[in-house]
Amino acid sequence: MTFEIFISQFFGGLSVAMLLFLVASGLTLIFGVAKVFNFAHGSFYMLGAYFSYQAISMFENFWIGAVAAALGAGLVGMLLEICFIRRIAGREEEGAFQILLTYAFILILDDAVKYIWGPAYKTISKPDSLAGSLDFGQVTIPTFNLFIIVLGLVIVVAAWYVLSRTKTGKIIQAASTDTQMVGMLGVNVSLVMSLVFGVATAMGGLAGAMAAPLRTVAPGSGVEVIIDSLIVVVIGGLGNFWGALFAALLIGEVNAFGILWMPQWASLLSFAVMIVVLIFKPKGLFSREKGRKKI
Amino acid sequence: MKTKLTEMAPWLAYFVIFVSMIFAGSDHSIHVASQIIILGLFAIAFNVLFGTTGLLSFGQAIFYGLGAYITGMMAKSFGADFFLWALLIAPVAALALSAVLGVLSLRLSEVYFTMLTLAFAQLAWGICVKWSSFTGGDDGIQAIPKPDILNMGGRNYYIFALVIVSICIYLLWRLDRSPFGSVLKGIRQNPIRISFIGLNVFRHKLFAYMISSSFTAIAGGLYAGIDKSIHPDMLVWTMSGSIILMTILGGMRSFFGPLIGVAVFILLEDVIGRSTEYWSFVIGIIMITVVLLFPKGIVGVSRHFAGLFAKKGGQFDNP
Repeated sequence: MTFEIFISQFFGGLSVAMLLFLVASGLTLIFGVAKVFNFAHGSFYMLGAYFSYQAISMFENFWIGAVAAALGAGLVGMLLEICFIRRIAGREEEGAFQILLTYAFILILDDAVKYIWGPAYKTISKPDSLAGSLDFGQVTIPTFNLFIIVLGLVIVVAAWYVLSRTKTGKIIQAASTDTQMVGMLGVNVSLVMSLVFGVATAMGGLAGAMAAPLRTVAPGSGVEVIIDSLIVVVIGGLGNFWGALFAALLIGEVNAFGILWMPQWASLLSFAVMIVVLIFKPKGLFSREKGRKKI
Repeated sequence: MKTKLTEMAPWLAYFVIFVSMIFAGSDHSIHVASQIIILGLFAIAFNVLFGTTGLLSFGQAIFYGLGAYITGMMAKSFGADFFLWALLIAPVAALALSAVLGVLSLRLSEVYFTMLTLAFAQLAWGICVKWSSFTGGDDGIQAIPKPDILNMGGRNYYIFALVIVSICIYLLWRLDRSPFGSVLKGIRQNPIRISFIGLNVFRHKLFAYMISSSFTAIAGGLYAGIDKSIHPDMLVWTMSGSIILMTILGGMRSFFGPLIGVAVFILLEDVIGRSTEYWSFVIGIIMITVVLLFPKGIVGVSRHFAGLFAKKGGQFDNP
């Protein structure tokens, strides 16, 4: 392997990893921090891509599309939380019903998208300002990929700062740990949960808009990303944004180099990585608590 | 434990419905009924883990696929007579595989267990798709031979499957009501207490996992005979996922709930799929309605109404 190939594979893996992290960050917020199993997170990613497609075809501006994707997916997410998810909170089998409910969202959103925009693939082009590429000697890297890498870093720092350095972050963490107690302290817990759900789905929608120029926009694309993002969230440790970032990098790079090494089996590497991680670190890479049950 | 009359009622309904299908059904309804009983066995076996022991495995499709591929490949390479032998070998193979996977994955708690089972199943699915010289790859295996007596129309095979499924369900039912079943329910509700009374929680979980997996393999093997074809989709995660959904939809706290969930789901798919292109939209709406209005699944609804007439309800979950 020459140095040029190494560098270009490395940056290829890096931008795949950052896309993965963008989707997974919303999931780690909702699943790891707020403890809601949102199986439909990938569908908000898909929804974001379609909202962005719609906005771009109306206003012909990529950035308006990105804003529309985040706002639209966030609003739909909040609406679904208020109408449905909130109503099963506190039930005896809450987790199982969350799976059932959010799986129903997948089915409904997939078909709704197919009904509104048709089953055909849609494409979004990169914004003009980021359409070029940068030359580093013999290696060229598309500007848009660099932008995604920077965006991922901004999100991880922002999420870490808000969650662990501000009062809002403390309230969010406490609200899922001891709902009743936080409620007694005068916090409107259900509003907090709706907002967290909205922010998480907005992050999913934004990821969809950002991924759209690199992939295609199609119904059912949400189901493809949900498993990958679950892997990232679990390897990184639930609710750990830095962990998710590391896990996304690991998966992205393993895939990028794996495809050179054994092209046929590359798609299985993510699962192999997860198996190895979970066997040796039963609660993900960055968990302080001991994962094995003491019994 | 003495069997009460009320506990026999579901069995009565089971036999009335599925035996009458033999005489009343058209070819299409026999085909649908075969799918219902086979997936029903899968779901009931899955619920030994999920509803009874409280272990959410997202990878039971690995054993379903294992059973199907063992049956399909043996019958294909050694001849039709081996179809029946394969149905015996499949659960044994599943027992061995589940012992290994169980030891690795049951140490993990909750969602990590779920994700590890998912990863194993996805890995197996990937191998199944890519190793095409051995497994037939994406196309799966077609024209699986089975003994002549099972070949005449779908009806004979339905009767054969019904007999095997009924025996399996009966065994699982006895297991559910046995002291072992009570320990499993105890593990779900309070694992620490179970360990305090001197029982090995891990070992009981492992046995539950192995038992569930071997019955799942039987279901997979039986499925290989319906259309005489199997495909890697039987191992993919959406297979495990739909079994989870059907189980919750039917009611995971009752023994027959998963079977009812399977029947409702397959019938809906069959009926709605013929009338509209957007059938998954309709199924989604129905699932949301069930979740919001009937918190105990479909079985919960019927129990609610049964409770208006009888004093004691929910007899299945009482240890």
